[in-house]
Amino acid sequence: MAHTDAELLDNPVAGRPTLILRSPDFHSITEVVAEAVERPTPLGWWVFFLPSVALLGLLGIAVSWLFWEGIGVWGLNVPVGWAWDITNFVFWVGIGHAGTLISAILFLFRQKWRTSINRAAEAMTIFAVMCALMFPGIHVGRVWVAYWMFPIPNQMGMWPNFRSPLLWDVFAVSVYGTVSVLFWYVGLIPDLATMRDRSKTPVRRFVYGFFALGWRGSVRQWHHYESAYLVLAALATPLVLSVHSVVSMDFAVSVLPGWHTTIFPPYFVAGAIFSGFAMVMTLMLICRVAFGLEHIITLRHLDYMAKIMLLTGSMVGYAYATEFFTAWYSGNPYEFFTFKNRALGPYAWAYWTMITCNVVSPQVFWFKKARTSIPILFVLSIVINIGMWFERFVIIVTSLHRDFLPSAWGYFTPTMWDVSCLIGSFGLFFTMFCLFVRFLPMVATAEVKTVLPQADPHFHRGPDREIRAGAS
Amino acid sequence: MAFASLRSLRPAILSNPLPKGPHFGIVAEFGTPADLYHACERVRDAGFTRWDAHTPFPVHGLEGAMGLRRSPLPWIVLVMGLTGATLGFGLQWWVHAKAYPLVISGKPYFSWPAFIPITFELGVLFAALGAVLGMLGLNRLPMHYHPLFRSKVFERVTDDAFFISIESWDPRFDAAATPKLLESLGARSVELLES
Repeated sequence: MAHTDAELLDNPVAGRPTLILRSPDFHSITEVVAEAVERPTPLGWWVFFLPSVALLGLLGIAVSWLFWEGIGVWGLNVPVGWAWDITNFVFWVGIGHAGTLISAILFLFRQKWRTSINRAAEAMTIFAVMCALMFPGIHVGRVWVAYWMFPIPNQMGMWPNFRSPLLWDVFAVSVYGTVSVLFWYVGLIPDLATMRDRSKTPVRRFVYGFFALGWRGSVRQWHHYESAYLVLAALATPLVLSVHSVVSMDFAVSVLPGWHTTIFPPYFVAGAIFSGFAMVMTLMLICRVAFGLEHIITLRHLDYMAKIMLLTGSMVGYAYATEFFTAWYSGNPYEFFTFKNRALGPYAWAYWTMITCNVVSPQVFWFKKARTSIPILFVLSIVINIGMWFERFVIIVTSLHRDFLPSAWGYFTPTMWDVSCLIGSFGLFFTMFCLFVRFLPMVATAEVKTVLPQADPHFHRGPDREIRAGAS
Repeated sequence: MAFASLRSLRPAILSNPLPKGPHFGIVAEFGTPADLYHACERVRDAGFTRWDAHTPFPVHGLEGAMGLRRSPLPWIVLVMGLTGATLGFGLQWWVHAKAYPLVISGKPYFSWPAFIPITFELGVLFAALGAVLGMLGLNRLPMHYHPLFRSKVFERVTDDAFFISIESWDPRFDAAATPKLLESLGARSVELLES
């Protein structure tokens, strides 16, 4: 459908932005979201799903070969002992952070526009964390003893080293994954009950009914439910900030020039939200058209997301500048060499790709025309994610490939198994996302209904309302 | 008082959830959140205690119109969170200072600042589990059977319909007068439900 400026007008009665267009009633919200799940599988879904499953199969082959042969199948060497594996890990954890920002932090800040996108963004978080958790798991070499990372009493009387940031990471990311699933599921319960009550077949009724736990929309239940939701948001907010801070400490606590810096925690968190919003943008631009949700996920929502990308992108750019300044101002020759080498050395191509994608490209979001243009948003959301992948690559590989002694210098070149693991992880992510949009309501209908004007118990239908409804 | 919400904890979890006898009670449908809100205020003021309202989404202020006490859930979360943090810190102290003391990077055995991240993470984990399990416990979920599900119109409670249910074991419940009260408050339909 065509979008006009009139659709972005504020609601003149409430003095607040109109979040949901076409003045729907409660039932039409249920209808449009549930119908997307209930209708026969559309052909377009297979167009996305089958290639995703094919890439997932590629991941299976790549990981099996890795387990059989060992991590030497990747392009790792001495001195570059971490490369695409950890790059992918940090990239995927970062993607997840936008989902938690939307579901928890924007909830605490009473940003009601989040209701249109929070369900899909939280799903994205969970699938991104699945991809992320895989990489540290498979990069350890001897995966069959990966359980040594957990404090499990064993016959050797051996315990993990709790003072190591790598172990903090195990706890941070697995707690983050668990809490994200809990938060998502709690949000899903009322909508699963909606799916249960609309089911036409006994199988659907049983499966949705089972997971809806017998929810009956009672106010005594909503009362505890809203309390739980608020508490989960309040817990997830510091949690999400802690997760990428801990991830950054994997690097910052080491003594390697380029890694050993106190700016890392906030800089990593900003970058995570930046890349995550770009991924939410990519997914939402496809879903809103594919499922006819343009009046629920409006240009206003896209505009807000683009503003957050501009903000976080600029924070990331500022961090790049600060790193450089500190490297010079510290007077530490190793530190300054590392940074000069990043910009001018053998990986300069990666560094300038990163700068172009992450710092230069989002600047077009200063203009409202760009923030509300679907083609620009779509292209830039992908460009930004390429840039953020390169950021992690630059941080990890350029800091490692020049060791303290020039005799130990090296260069990392990926093998086909590096590439297979990366694109295979996208297969895992998109397979999960396709299954999500096919079987679960991808918009939190119970929450979207609360932002309609008639959801307010003090709303009274009068002539003003009819005029407003006609105008939008 | 801050602890008042805790008083509802025991009856909420331990009492029998459903009335005995042939009838569960009555369920009445209302047209809009505004109608429901005003009807709830009147039912509350009439002194009913075993009743509920049902909505497809949380309606702002309805718990006040129903006269509900604050949820005791945050207390459960606090206790669980502190338990998780204590267990996390205790585990690390026990491992590094007691069970397997090992000098790593020249740090003392009991190097507590390095224990803080995992203490925090386990505190959050337990608190989140407390929030979800506590919410389910207080709401007595899962409960896959409920007499309300016998009603055909009640299926729309998860879509666009608003209801008040008054249970038959309410001391003020009267099979003749209570439906009339709800009709006078603007109910679209009133239905008597079997247990």
